Amino acid sequence: MWSSEIITMIIQGIGETLYMTLGSTILGYALGLPMGILLAVTDRDGIRPNAVIYKVLDVVANIIRSIPFLILLILLIPFTRAIIGKSYGPTGTVVPLVVAAAPFIARMVESSLKEVDNGVIEAARSMGASNLTIITKVLLVEAKTSLITGSTIAIGTILGYSAMAGAVGGGGLGDIAIRYGYHRYETDIMVVTVILLVILVQIFQTIGMRVASRLDRRR
Amino acid sequence: MPAIEVRHLYKTFEQKEGAVEALRDISLQIEEGDIYGIIGMSGAGKSTLVRCLNYLERPTSGEVLIGGKELGALSERELRGFRSDIAMIFQHFNLLMQKNVLDNVCFPMQIQGKSKKEAKEKAMEFLEIVGLSEKAKAYPAQLSGGQKQRVAIARALASDPKILLCDEATSALDPQTTASILSLLKSINRDFGITIVIITHQMSVIREICSHVAIVEQGVLVEQGLVEDIFNHPKSKAARDMILKDRPEGSWEGSAANRADGQIDRLREDRKLRIVFSENSAFEPVIANMVLKFQTPVNILRADTKNVGGVAKGEMILGLPAGEALQREMEAYLLEKGLELEEVTDDVEQ
Repeated sequence: MWSSEIITMIIQGIGETLYMTLGSTILGYALGLPMGILLAVTDRDGIRPNAVIYKVLDVVANIIRSIPFLILLILLIPFTRAIIGKSYGPTGTVVPLVVAAAPFIARMVESSLKEVDNGVIEAARSMGASNLTIITKVLLVEAKTSLITGSTIAIGTILGYSAMAGAVGGGGLGDIAIRYGYHRYETDIMVVTVILLVILVQIFQTIGMRVASRLDRRR
Repeated sequence: MPAIEVRHLYKTFEQKEGAVEALRDISLQIEEGDIYGIIGMSGAGKSTLVRCLNYLERPTSGEVLIGGKELGALSERELRGFRSDIAMIFQHFNLLMQKNVLDNVCFPMQIQGKSKKEAKEKAMEFLEIVGLSEKAKAYPAQLSGGQKQRVAIARALASDPKILLCDEATSALDPQTTASILSLLKSINRDFGITIVIITHQMSVIREICSHVAIVEQGVLVEQGLVEDIFNHPKSKAARDMILKDRPEGSWEGSAANRADGQIDRLREDRKLRIVFSENSAFEPVIANMVLKFQTPVNILRADTKNVGGVAKGEMILGLPAGEALQREMEAYLLEKGLELEEVTDDVEQ
């Protein structure tokens, strides 16, 4: 049963999973990073409090995060179709993945930025730094390590979500696992794909933590 | 024109439990080139006061004038430009932990829009001044507290300020390091003509380098003037408390010794006088002569020499023997000998 077709399929599955995970992470950060910065900055004890902006983002993030991903995936089918023309396949999965990941990433960014010592922000203000300078030169720089650790966690979560997308024909390793393991009772293929998923998470986790500690200057 | 002028400043914080008046009707003037100390217990409002001087905190009412310019009248943008004239150092140094020493010192120049090359060259000069040029590539986490504060001072100098605000800048440091940081601040004041404002709760810091001092208690400025005058004649209770608390470790303590042999009760009934020897009175053994003259012993509850603005001052607390007439005569004798007298009403012990 380990025909070359299946091996090709699994290799293709790895490629699709990587494509979905990394693509969604990048796009997720494109939305989630600014959103997280806005959340941290506009919070009551942020550098420029704004109750309205904070509340709106807060509610949006909470709503999306409280919808189970599988349901979000189905809810977003018309939206996905409108954007890329189809709702299945790896690219079709990227859309709901980004929608789910962005608020999650925003929360991680928010909490990373809030860890930055207020004293350093005050010192920057005392030097006449503008809020934009404080964001780019103090907050993002000082929170660097925590942001990288956060992105490692985000990648792991998105990879898990991408596997879930297999249930609705999303492609990737998760798709293979469900098709063979669940629909055809070919447990061995499912086990292999699951092991591959675990290895992928492990690799991302290790790389992320290595980079984070390599860049940390606090010790 | 004073470098800093504060007029009728009030600051109220709105909190859930109601409004807290942190500062009430503070008025003071700091002249150019002064080293001006602001002393008070923690919670007295001194940190809020210093933050009002560069508008990190906006006063609820009142005015702050820097070089004659009213800060409240400036726009947010003008204020940011103005802040580069007023540098600040902090108790916990507040360095960028992810940037090396050189980049930390470059930071204010970067904000001012200087070129990278110019900033680096100037930063090396300032690191030279604070004696840390060989640590330029180190990260703050690899430095000691004293070194971190030196980096913070170099960073403060980098913005080419006219005023330097020090918020408890030595409170996290040990006595030796404190002394070296204070002498660095002194030389910066002398060499660059930078007006320095020092916030502290330690009288020793004030004595060591300040020319003027203001005492803040519960948000109110209770006393201000030359350090020497206040050390010699403290008028407020807060000032007296500060001076009495100012005691280096290991200073000789009469009352502690007396406690052992049960004389403490008797001593409590005595009149207590704090006397200060200025440089022209210390030659004669005044106390010994007084004891010989009156044939009555006095109790020395505390004796100490302190450095006030570079001049050694002797300080003693005497417990006078009972008898009002005798006490009055002794007082007259001490005054005649040119000593500064101060009645101590509280218990000497802390």
